[in-house]
Amino acid sequence: MPLPALDHTAILLTLKLATATTLLLLLIATPLAWWLTHTHARLRAVVTALVSLPLVLPPTVLGFYLLVLLGPNGLVGGWMLALGLETLPFTFGGLVVGSVVFSLPFAVQPLANAFAAIGARPLEVAATLRASPWDRFFSIAMPLARPGFVTAAVLAFAHTVGEFGVVLMLGGNIPGETRVLSVAIYDHVEALEYAEAHVLSAGLVAFSFVVLLLLGKRGGQWQRMPA
Amino acid sequence: MSRIEARFQSRFGAFALDAEFRMPGRGVTALFGPSGSGKTTLLRLIAGLARAPGRLVVNGEVWQDEKTFLPTPRRALGYVFQEASLFPHLSVRGNLDYGWQRVPAGERTLNREDVIGWLGLDSLIDRMPHQLSGGQRQRVALGRALLSCPRLLLMDEPMAALDANARAEILPYLERLHRELALPVLYVSHALDEVARLADHLLLIEAGRITYQGPLAQGLTRLDLPLAHRDLAATVLDAVVVGQDAGLQLTRVASGSVELELAGLHGRPGEPLRVRVAARDVSLALAMPQQTSILNLLPAEVEELAEDAPGQVLVKLALGERPLLARITRKSAQLLKLEKGVRVIAQVKSVAVA
Repeated sequence: MPLPALDHTAILLTLKLATATTLLLLLIATPLAWWLTHTHARLRAVVTALVSLPLVLPPTVLGFYLLVLLGPNGLVGGWMLALGLETLPFTFGGLVVGSVVFSLPFAVQPLANAFAAIGARPLEVAATLRASPWDRFFSIAMPLARPGFVTAAVLAFAHTVGEFGVVLMLGGNIPGETRVLSVAIYDHVEALEYAEAHVLSAGLVAFSFVVLLLLGKRGGQWQRMPA
Repeated sequence: MSRIEARFQSRFGAFALDAEFRMPGRGVTALFGPSGSGKTTLLRLIAGLARAPGRLVVNGEVWQDEKTFLPTPRRALGYVFQEASLFPHLSVRGNLDYGWQRVPAGERTLNREDVIGWLGLDSLIDRMPHQLSGGQRQRVALGRALLSCPRLLLMDEPMAALDANARAEILPYLERLHRELALPVLYVSHALDEVARLADHLLLIEAGRITYQGPLAQGLTRLDLPLAHRDLAATVLDAVVVGQDAGLQLTRVASGSVELELAGLHGRPGEPLRVRVAARDVSLALAMPQQTSILNLLPAEVEELAEDAPGQVLVKLALGERPLLARITRKSAQLLKLEKGVRVIAQVKSVAVA
């Protein structure tokens, strides 16, 4: 059955949000994961716990605090107003910020695991072959951690596509601006438009399944027990 | 003459390192000691992979002192680890070129093709590391280190992880390295046969302290050091092939005034050959024996005696300038009334190529 135009907008917006979030996350999570795998600082445990918080908190809690923080009376929001900027809640930018926070552990963990799996030796060898720290990162660590980058990107993307609570708290339901797929499905169900809800939901199930299947083929998140 | 001077003092947990040594600016210096004595730690300190207070000067260039600490990439060194540690995402070519591409063209002291040909890597150049045998991998690792044009090559038990076949495969390459390159090599090992075969100079380390530094031949035969008391204690002689008898399958070598014959045809006349004589293969007589099966009868003078295993005595002889170890029973030593200055005939039962 043909979908209403509004749903097409929601699908496109979701893909846009997931892409922006994934790119931003890779930029943020890579140095963070590198630091976590190489530092001896005491702060490490604190940062690890902070990064993992979104795994256990209800998305509504995250969304609520982001709303407070980014709102006109919040620390960041007030500061943005002072700079003559628009505040982020109920904008696409706000959704991106929320999604980045929400999916941070899904990007940091695979990257940190991949960096840790490389071990110190290849980087030491590269150092004896006259490679500077930056050079070592780009010529050795990045290529060897490639599976970690793929996993991080796929998980961040898929997780963003599936988010709901943070969006609802932080983004509301503005068509073309913040009305993403999960919100569109919620609307359809509320309006008892089960057929439309089915199409979008089944599409999301299929999408998620294919993503996880491809990820599993690459070695997967869960290792099989050695025979 | 160029040389390397090092001094490190540090405490790593319960382990205290207090090592000071000099090594010549060419040839192979073996760093020999039991496991846990600090060999690898010392190598890592020299490479700048670990840090401890100290001073390190390589061929006049200060790598570390109170004010200076050159980071590893700025030290012109090569490091061959126990495991080849090739970059798994790069082909043999990519591994070899990794260091080479990072050496400024003006500092390239070697020819890339020479090194590749020399280590027999031409046919492997497009393979990935996982397609190589252990010995091949270590050869690539050696080539990779050499192509970074080091002024000091550090090797941390490069053969310890290899089986006997792979070891036999790679030894000739190391010997060639020894012969053809002026490059100073610091070679960590706890295998005496490897050291006897490859090294010119010896550093003995025990519990973080250097207990001997000097020429190999002296280090192996010093009776106050543990090497001479090992089961396989031996004397090493750098000799030159002076003749061969194809009919008798015999090679004659000379080391200064000392001439020796050994079974089998080795090298070619004029070529250098390092030979070793096990202490237990040397017996002593007071007069030149007649009609004996032993070919090598060498006039020598007793220089020193030391207690060895129960009932055995280790005798250090002087063959002119050169030392020679003999392990005999205490009873024989008493019967012959051996003491410093006594002139004897050393009967060498067998000489082996080192």
